Amino acid sequence: MASFHEEEALGKAYDHRLMVRLLAYVRPYWLLVGAALLCILISAGLAAIQPFLTKVAIDRYILQHNPGGLRWIGLLFLAVLTVGFVLQFAQTVMTQWMGQRIMYDIRVEIFSHLQRLQLKFFDKNPVGRLMTRVTTDVDALNELFASGLVTVFGDLLTLLAIMVVILELNWRLALLTFTVVPLIIMTTTVFRRKARQSYRDVRAAVARISAFLQEHVSGMSVIQLFNREHRSFQQFDEINERHRKANYDSILAYAVFYPVVEILGSTAVALIIWYGGHEVLKNILTMGTLVAFIQYSQRFFRPIQDLSEKYNILQAAMASSERIFKLLDTPVTIASPKEPGIAGEIRGEIEFQHAWFSYSDSATPTDEEWVLKDISFKVKPGESVAIVGHTGAGKTTLMSLLQRFYDLNRGAILLDGLDIRNLDLGDLRCQYGVVLQDVFIFSGTVESNIRLGTEWIDEEQIQNAAVDVNLYDFIRELPNGFKEEVRERGHTLSVGQKQLMAFARALAHDPKILILDEATSSVDTETELKIREALARLMRGRTSIIIAHRLSTIQNCDRIIVMHKGQVREIGNHQELLARRGIYYRLYQLQYRDQEDRVPPATALPNPAYEGNIP
Amino acid sequence: MSENLKPLWPYVKRYRRRIALGFVCVIVTNAVGMAFPWVLKVAIDDLVRALTTEKLLKYPLMLIGITLVQAVFRFSMRWVLIGISRDIEYDLRNDLFSHLLKLSTRFYHHNRTGDLMSKATNDVAAVRMLVGPGIMYTANTVVATVLALAIMLHLDSRLTLLALLPLPLVSVAMRYLGSLIHDRFEKIQAMFSDISARVQENLSGIRVVKSFCQEDAEIETFKRMNREYVEKNLGLIRIWGTFYPSLEFLIGLAFVVVLWLGGLQVISGRISLGSFVAFNTYLGMLVWPMIAFGWVVNLVERGAASMGRINVIFVTPADIVDNDVTLSDAPPIRGDIEFRNLTFAYDGHPILRNINLRISRGQRVAIVGHTGSGKSTLVQLIPRLYDAPPGTLFVDGRDIREYPLEALRSAIGYVPQETFLFSETVAENISFGVTHTTAEEIQRVAEVSHLHADVREFPKQFETLVGERGITLSGGQKQRTAISRAVLRDPKILILDDALSSVDTDTEERILRELDVVMRNRTSILISHRVSTVKNADQIVVLHQGQIAEQGTHQELLAHEGYYADLYRKQLLEEELEQI
Ligand SMILES: Nc1ncnc2c1ncn2[C@@H]1O[C@H](COP(=O)(O)OP(=O)(O)OP(=O)(O)O)[C@@H](O)[C@H]1O
Ligand SMILES: Nc1ncnc2c1ncn2[C@@H]1O[C@H](COP(=O)(O)OP(=O)(O)OP(=O)(O)O)[C@@H](O)[C@H]1O
Ligand SMILES: [Mg+2]
Ligand SMILES: [Mg+2]
Repeated sequence: MASFHEEEALGKAYDHRLMVRLLAYVRPYWLLVGAALLCILISAGLAAIQPFLTKVAIDRYILQHNPGGLRWIGLLFLAVLTVGFVLQFAQTVMTQWMGQRIMYDIRVEIFSHLQRLQLKFFDKNPVGRLMTRVTTDVDALNELFASGLVTVFGDLLTLLAIMVVILELNWRLALLTFTVVPLIIMTTTVFRRKARQSYRDVRAAVARISAFLQEHVSGMSVIQLFNREHRSFQQFDEINERHRKANYDSILAYAVFYPVVEILGSTAVALIIWYGGHEVLKNILTMGTLVAFIQYSQRFFRPIQDLSEKYNILQAAMASSERIFKLLDTPVTIASPKEPGIAGEIRGEIEFQHAWFSYSDSATPTDEEWVLKDISFKVKPGESVAIVGHTGAGKTTLMSLLQRFYDLNRGAILLDGLDIRNLDLGDLRCQYGVVLQDVFIFSGTVESNIRLGTEWIDEEQIQNAAVDVNLYDFIRELPNGFKEEVRERGHTLSVGQKQLMAFARALAHDPKILILDEATSSVDTETELKIREALARLMRGRTSIIIAHRLSTIQNCDRIIVMHKGQVREIGNHQELLARRGIYYRLYQLQYRDQEDRVPPATALPNPAYEGNIP
Repeated sequence: MSENLKPLWPYVKRYRRRIALGFVCVIVTNAVGMAFPWVLKVAIDDLVRALTTEKLLKYPLMLIGITLVQAVFRFSMRWVLIGISRDIEYDLRNDLFSHLLKLSTRFYHHNRTGDLMSKATNDVAAVRMLVGPGIMYTANTVVATVLALAIMLHLDSRLTLLALLPLPLVSVAMRYLGSLIHDRFEKIQAMFSDISARVQENLSGIRVVKSFCQEDAEIETFKRMNREYVEKNLGLIRIWGTFYPSLEFLIGLAFVVVLWLGGLQVISGRISLGSFVAFNTYLGMLVWPMIAFGWVVNLVERGAASMGRINVIFVTPADIVDNDVTLSDAPPIRGDIEFRNLTFAYDGHPILRNINLRISRGQRVAIVGHTGSGKSTLVQLIPRLYDAPPGTLFVDGRDIREYPLEALRSAIGYVPQETFLFSETVAENISFGVTHTTAEEIQRVAEVSHLHADVREFPKQFETLVGERGITLSGGQKQRTAISRAVLRDPKILILDDALSSVDTDTEERILRELDVVMRNRTSILISHRVSTVKNADQIVVLHQGQIAEQGTHQELLAHEGYYADLYRKQLLEEELEQI
């Protein structure tokens, strides 16, 4: 359990590298950043003017008893405020807009990357965890981009401006103020280490909560059927508790940090009063300057406190960006080649050449780990081939490989004589129409489930597909027909109906190669027979591969491949295989045995109440 | 807004002691903070009067002392108040999940997983912001404002009143903008939920997406939804883009008033320069609470919107639970089941009609019928995944509602038509429905479903991890794990809903043989499309469009020449055809 749900510990944090990567997302918006910075620059300047205005008012007008000048200062102050207001509004909107855009960019990038990743990755990662990468992990970056990044510059600029002003005012006092800065830097370093770890723990806990919920919400009926509510709750409680604990740790780090910076700040003010007071007494310093200085020094620490607040944001953002980048750095091992061979209009010839495959990651799988061993066979264009075999024999795996969901360990699969690894993935997969063994229905409508996002499929094709799989009568009865709402995973449909819908989906895509993996396993015999009739027509001109446990399902196939424990054991048509008296013969015998207690055939008098197939 | 927040009250109340403590910290932090400018004022006044150098050391030390005390309380304030918010978040999330555990299948069929997840994470987080930083900054703001105002009034009441002229404007603006924020945030959260749900479905259905080359189409949809999300966010941003600066502007106006009128008063000698400076400083101390106030309004509105969304779940009644009809001393279930003139509808349109069916304990009943004829619907009623209308479904002669839900379900081993496994080991999945078990027991039930042969081949045997929903197992392996899981419960009633559909004939044959033993002395209900699976049943029921069309033993039904006989003939015919 641990290996599935515990994320790997992340390595050492390389803040600057992460930062550089994050900044790359800002690049497309540099103009905006520039504009916002300008706003901030001016705002900062204006903010720095305010105490100066106070100083002028005191020294020049109040102490000189000049009420007229005071009015001008007042008006000037008002003007400064108004400009400040406009600039702040502009800056907020710009930076927030940028934050949203960047999050959009990152989300789309993550999602697109996820779409390209190979199935091996999805086998190992719970859906809920991946969801947090796309959703809340990205949200955690919002503050950084929207309010953090640009205002950090703002704060730094303010800081710089104030430093210049106070140096100008009185450099000795200014230097005295700066003495606390190294202490602040030291505190920050300590804080970073503590905060980062706790934020990492928080992110991991959030992902864990999400994964847990995803799984348990979708499997709720099983939990209830098996009276697992209490234990599930305990498990959830444990994860939830871990989340709380991680957050408490971050509160601790943060709650200590902020007051410490404040203490250092007021130490500086104390120093100023002590030293500056002496100078005032010695008449080296004017009273106004001292007052202004005190005000400035307080303003000097405001951005520093802000920065420490931003630092918190930054740490949180780093913790989630680590995970995001880790996902983005997961290599896509199954991708289209740079120069794909030309598939074009294919004939539909399939060949497995000494194919070996294992789901394990190890380069040298053990004997047990091989799922397919030395598979070789060839399917001619337009031929229909059935694959039968015990459960777990590797039939579904074979089909996954054909679609290049996984890559072979050894050997090759050829489509029209071309190694599928040399084909464009999209070109390759579009040749197939597949009914997967695990039916998946999306929320949406009946129609959207058959068409998916394929635009060229028109309504008639959808309808035909529904007719072919014998689902049309059912759909017609629905209040909204093809536009009837379908719930997540098709919850309000019967399992057979879902399977038929998936079948219709495959047919509607008019594929060159049809792959049916237990496509009618949950469908009643009558429907199945009807579909089989339609299939006989549909399979013409197409290569088809049909996996079925019911031998009756595959009776029309040209050839039958019998798989056993990952190997092809028998190939041939029905008669040949029976003559061999091997696995197929045995499977056949089992199904055939029912005939022993057969009823007299249809010559018996029919039941009067029974007309046709419908009782 | 206040309506939305009501359900939050019990949570807050639970921590009222600590919240009070937090408030004390807030008050002390602010009160001590107020002393800071006061000391400054005295120091400056002293300096103007050119007093002694010895005194000069006193003031800086006082300042440092004040900040030290303040630091301790500020720390405690955060630790206590933000800590409480984490506790409330934890409580709320636990309660939410606990409520989810009680909600019935109907609820889950109508709500998207991603949406529920986003409520339990994202919305809970928004509520957390309301009770944590929200409460803390409100307290802080109120205390800071009151103290600063008091001192300002003490210094110069007329000046104070003038400085505060713009205040009423603030409250009007707040009201209006607050409700806008609420609405817009609600829409944003809803959109976020949609996106989560979409991502959830996409990732769960990634095989279909890849198989049908839908990656690009999916990305397009994702982009479209996100653009909409961004749009909605921008709508909100435009509001509070004006929000903060306006507040700052208003407080700036007060500065102008003070500078001008206050300056005149210093000139006219009515107040000292020191007071003037202090007044300015106190006014400066109002800037931050003002902005914080704007922020708090924002947080509260968001939190309220989210709480409203969460509450939708809380107010959904758990409809399938024990209630007053439940007997606390219900006898153990023996396994007689009776449907008495049962008619059942999911939503309005009846799926099952006038079902009358008696199953005596130990009997083996098979149900066959067309796709969508209502087979699964019928058996789902027995473990009460959905509730049958009162007086239509009886177990051991009692209405099914009289049994405590837990006792009822414990007596049932259910193999759902669609297998759901958890991302745990094979052994854990098999023992999912029991509290204690042994390796031998697991081995035994794995033999029943013939899973042991497969497991033997796995490198890690029963400790093999299966992916979510069991994706790393083959179709048949999953299904057989589910059979073992049900059998291990040693149930009185065993329900197999098409549980052998993904299993080959050979294995099916073996499983049926094993089940033969298991089903002895148990009531068992088998749904299947295969005659071979059902023909040995004591009773075979044919469902057609929600009604029982035929009923009897294999032989009886064959003689009846109806659906079943037809089914039988068709399946035979196929085999004959194969023979040719
Ligand atoms: N994603 C996976 N990761 C690891 N192992 C897997 C995965 N999928 C299948 N297996 C294993 O590979 C073997 C072959 O599985 P496969 O699904 O190909 O069988 P199958 O022939 O289709 O069986 P069934 O008839 O039951 O569907 C099984 O032992 C299974 O446990
Ligand atoms: N939760 C639901 N809400 C509304 N309608 C439903 C719901 N579940 C099933 N139905 C409908 O009720 C009918 C009976 O469904 P049910 O699942 O009982 O069929 P079934 O006999 O088990 O079919 P199958 O052989 O395909 O499993 C179907 O038409 C289906 O669309
Ligand atoms: Mg399979
Ligand atoms: Mg069913």
